[in-house]
Amino acid sequence: MRAIDARGIAALVCLTALALVPVIAAAADAPFYVGLFARVMIFAIAALSLDLILGYGGLVSFGHAAYLGIGAYAVAILSFHGVTNGFVHFAAALAAAAVAALVIGIVSLRTSGVYFIMITLAFGQMVYYLGISLNQYGGDDGLSIGRPSDFGGLVDLADPTILYYFVLACLALFLCLGGRAVRSRFGVLLQGVRSNERRMVALGFPVFRYKLAAFVIAGAVCGVAGALFANLTLFVSPGIMHWTRSGEIMMMVILGGIGTLLGPVLGAAVYLLLESVLSRWSEHWQAILGPLLIIVVLFSKSGLMGLIRAPRPPHG
Amino acid sequence: MDPGLRRDDNGVAAGRAIAMIYVIEQVLNGAQFGVMLFLMAAGLTLIFGIMNVINLAHGSLYMVGAYVAAAVFGATGSFLIGLAAALAAAIVVGIALEVTLFRTLYARDHLDQVLATFGLILFFNEIVRILFGATALYMRVPDFLNGRVEILPGAPYPTYRLAIIAVGLAVALLLYLLIARTRIGMLIRAGASNRVMLGALGVNVTLLYTAVFALGAALAALAGVMAGPIFTVESGMGESVLISAFVVIVIGGIGSIRGAFVAALLVGIVDATGRAYLRPLLALFTSRAAADSAGPALASMLIYILMAAVLFVRPQGLFPPRGR
Repeated sequence: MRAIDARGIAALVCLTALALVPVIAAAADAPFYVGLFARVMIFAIAALSLDLILGYGGLVSFGHAAYLGIGAYAVAILSFHGVTNGFVHFAAALAAAAVAALVIGIVSLRTSGVYFIMITLAFGQMVYYLGISLNQYGGDDGLSIGRPSDFGGLVDLADPTILYYFVLACLALFLCLGGRAVRSRFGVLLQGVRSNERRMVALGFPVFRYKLAAFVIAGAVCGVAGALFANLTLFVSPGIMHWTRSGEIMMMVILGGIGTLLGPVLGAAVYLLLESVLSRWSEHWQAILGPLLIIVVLFSKSGLMGLIRAPRPPHG
Repeated sequence: MDPGLRRDDNGVAAGRAIAMIYVIEQVLNGAQFGVMLFLMAAGLTLIFGIMNVINLAHGSLYMVGAYVAAAVFGATGSFLIGLAAALAAAIVVGIALEVTLFRTLYARDHLDQVLATFGLILFFNEIVRILFGATALYMRVPDFLNGRVEILPGAPYPTYRLAIIAVGLAVALLLYLLIARTRIGMLIRAGASNRVMLGALGVNVTLLYTAVFALGAALAALAGVMAGPIFTVESGMGESVLISAFVVIVIGGIGSIRGAFVAALLVGIVDATGRAYLRPLLALFTSRAAADSAGPALASMLIYILMAAVLFVRPQGLFPPRGR
């Protein structure tokens, strides 16, 4: 019980710190940071959704950016056709990403190991090429969104600060739901599949259905992150679904700590802040980031969360 | 006979001949893309089959090959010197990577391998930008392969593309002979079945791994050199080929060279013919506007749909390797 409390307190500290960002940014007259941290939280949601299947389910999905793109494109395409209702936008983003994850999951979950990595990567690339060939929606050049999702006066997402707190509320919601999910029967089963799938099958659990359900939930949550991203940038292009984006999201999970809830949030923050600092310092920042990532992978098994809390037996 | 009717007949016949030539051209384009995919997929599947490591940076070796060939060819004016330099550079880079990084990665899980080699890709893409500049390099077709060959009367086809197909098929044959008929090939096959036993029998497994990695690097660089005059030589050029090669491996069965060969040609031809014929085919059933928008979209997804279909019927691929 005490461990859960500690985790809850850590999450609260984290969310409070994030809530103070616009206040500090306003005081320091640096509105740039509001946008940057909104981006961090959106990627934190995406990384959190990936961690559900990667960290808890042991499924190395390398096509997660596809759902981010599908969610963003759902908002952009609806706006393009004159639908501005925010509830419709977010419902469509969630549903479209869930359906895509269902179809991709049914095919790719029939395999495992390295096959699964390659297939999810290939499907991610398929969705990327689909985005490029959608000529009526901008193709390679992308699509601008006229106005953010309209919630009929409830929240005005055109205001950067309100958008920021809206994203924060979504992150808090998903952290809370994620915390409940991983402690539920569903979450415990999923972790059982990760540590020994054959035994779970032998015990009579419908393992495929559980994995597929987790895959679809992760896709749907990432779709919501995509819808938020579309509202932040008011522009979508196939670039958001490029396979390197899937790699980045995966890197955030590993950097923060795989199989933890706050890890992906921490990882997204460190990754994007590092990117922001390095890219200001040198245009060739990826030549530094690449080896840095290799070092993290080789020498730090449990990421930043592993540095913070007491060591636990390794898994995965 | 009515002369007008006769002329129409001739017109139809000529139209049919042109359509036939177009089909042959598309199949050859597909075969040319297919053999390049095979060179990539063969290296990947060898490295995976023997060392059990998934190497995303294989596309970077392809890129290194293309860049070195373009630079040396441009400086010396000799394509063959460029080719030799590219192969040498890729082998050196491959061995350096194997010794410094991959040896540590063999014992790690696939997730670590994916992430570490992802880091390598970021590094290599930026290094070529630093060394060769951000703009794409231009590589011309070598003079002795410039021009066209009449594959059928009235159907010229670029000599360079035919040469790619020939080189690809020759390398496939050599690779088959190497693996099936030589002592090194025997060791490679033994390493794929049981590397612990191979080591216990006194074979230097460490050296064998380095050799296989260097072979894979050379194959990737060869594909990159041949791709140079066709595609642009730019940072990140290896990635789309790499992912297509993954599709090939998944369809063919991981660890199977024969499967990679069949699947590479299949993927190449399906891709080329899909891009050429899907739009007119759809126009037969739907409106022209719908075909114009859905045709290219479907064509770009076709090889992934093919992969999904194959997996649905045979989750292990067409030629699953035995004994593992």
